Amino acid sequence: MEFKELVVEKLKKNFGESVKEVSDFRNDLSVTIDSNKIIDVAKFLKEDSELEFVMCKDVTAIDWATRKNRFTVVYHVYSYKNNFTLRLKSNITEDPPRIDTVSSIWPSANWYERETFDMYGITFNNHPDLRRMYMPEGFQYHPLRKEFPVLGIPGSLPLPEKI
Amino acid sequence: MELRSNIYSDEKLLKKLLEDKDITIEDALENEMVINMGPQHPATHGVLRLVLRLDGETVISAVPELGYLHRGYEKMAEEMSYIEFIPHTDRLDYTATMCNNVAYVLAVEKLLGIEAPKRAQYIRMMVAELSRLAAHMVAIGTYAMDVGAVTMVMWTFREREKIQEIFDRLAGARFTTSYTRIGGVASDADSVTLKMVRDFLDQFHNALDEMDKLLLSNKIFIDRLEGIGVLSKEDAIALGVTGPNLRASGVQYDVRRAKPYLFYNEMDFNIPTYTEGDCLARYWLRGDEVRESVKILYQILDKMPQGEILANDPKHTLAHKTEIYTKMEELIHDFMIINHGINPPVGDVFFSAENPKGELGFYIVSNGSGHPWKMKIRSPSFCNLQAIAKLCKGAMISDVIAIIGSLDPVMGEADK
Repeated sequence: MEFKELVVEKLKKNFGESVKEVSDFRNDLSVTIDSNKIIDVAKFLKEDSELEFVMCKDVTAIDWATRKNRFTVVYHVYSYKNNFTLRLKSNITEDPPRIDTVSSIWPSANWYERETFDMYGITFNNHPDLRRMYMPEGFQYHPLRKEFPVLGIPGSLPLPEKI
Repeated sequence: MELRSNIYSDEKLLKKLLEDKDITIEDALENEMVINMGPQHPATHGVLRLVLRLDGETVISAVPELGYLHRGYEKMAEEMSYIEFIPHTDRLDYTATMCNNVAYVLAVEKLLGIEAPKRAQYIRMMVAELSRLAAHMVAIGTYAMDVGAVTMVMWTFREREKIQEIFDRLAGARFTTSYTRIGGVASDADSVTLKMVRDFLDQFHNALDEMDKLLLSNKIFIDRLEGIGVLSKEDAIALGVTGPNLRASGVQYDVRRAKPYLFYNEMDFNIPTYTEGDCLARYWLRGDEVRESVKILYQILDKMPQGEILANDPKHTLAHKTEIYTKMEELIHDFMIINHGINPPVGDVFFSAENPKGELGFYIVSNGSGHPWKMKIRSPSFCNLQAIAKLCKGAMISDVIAIIGSLDPVMGEADK
């Protein structure tokens, strides 16, 4: 059996209804799962002896602007053993945008989740250190959201005070 | 314990620094001090800011702060056509511009489902390897300079200069090359350029040996790096470290071998690995990689095929300017591509390439219009920097400089 089919079959067997959608575009396997199950799925993918997705390459989000589930959180995980990159997706609603952190399972997700929080305002529950990554702490907005203008918002960046 | 918190107005950062109770030294903190290293520090390779909590000279905890070079490329990409973004990839890892150019166009080509002609791919491979040499020359030179061997940087930059002359001839720019195009490359590599590459490689062996001699006989250099900043294999994988830093910790992972792109599957090269995982191993590894790249470059020059350098796909690739000015069909296509974009199919792709710093990935989401709906840049320096806090803990403050140098971050890429 091809490894792709094995991954999908194992996920469907263990998580049944929580696996919402499976797509294979340009040879990239992508699995959409229920946002409540993200921790369980992550743990399973990492610890299953046949899969061993030990490295989290990337965490980011997509802002769909007008959809009912406004944000999609996207994870790219990699298995050294099988030389395979899997894309996990999870749709979440706009208010409040929340999802559990996977940084306890993949420590590298720590900074990626901070970055996603900074850029999209998605709160990662139980994250050990959810600070902004790039923007200053006093900044009010989340720049990669679609409503944020490319030119920026005048006066939104706090400047150093005159001494 | 009096921390001058009024200086560090960033309360959350200070809290993070203080909650780190995992103290590696046995004594109570006698000379506790919080110092701010960077962002304007010559040894931080750009604008990296580290807030260090020290006891005497020992680092108890370190918190890296990024974002001083954040230009919002991911936001800008959403407002640009796919072609317009190519020059911006130069500004990611500015020591290896060609590698970024190549990785980006390969990602877009994967999304479009097109492939460049063989000669174009060989030229891309050649410039990517040359760029890897150039980047490693900067890495090794500045690294040695950071730990006190200042001569080295002159020698490595002398070699880098020759590579940039080749780029100047090939792309018309030494530094901001923007050389690749969707479906091919901007200009053909003529025989003079190929000869320049070969001449460069022929003398490069000697230069490398000279550099090795310079540093190998330097006891201070070895002593300052050996056994410092040890990153174990498990930690490296868990923290998402890639590239030379991962291989120095004993994981044989190279995207060129794991997921071959271009024609790397036709090339004969080794993936050097070390098991020590310390600063010295990371130095050796870059030296070994340079030698492997030279090997690849000779093979590319020997196998360089003849043929086109742009794919014959008028809906997606821009024709050459001389054709646009003389032929009607090309003019129409040029107008359509510039005004409406190349409109890839709806979908998302992740493509990653092996850059000098590690694995550079582009995640592009297309909604079928002329510009990407979302573009995420998975930059290797960002992920490698995540290891800094772990490596610095328990080290001396002078080791911090060596550790930063050995991880070789480029802030243009880490901050995007």
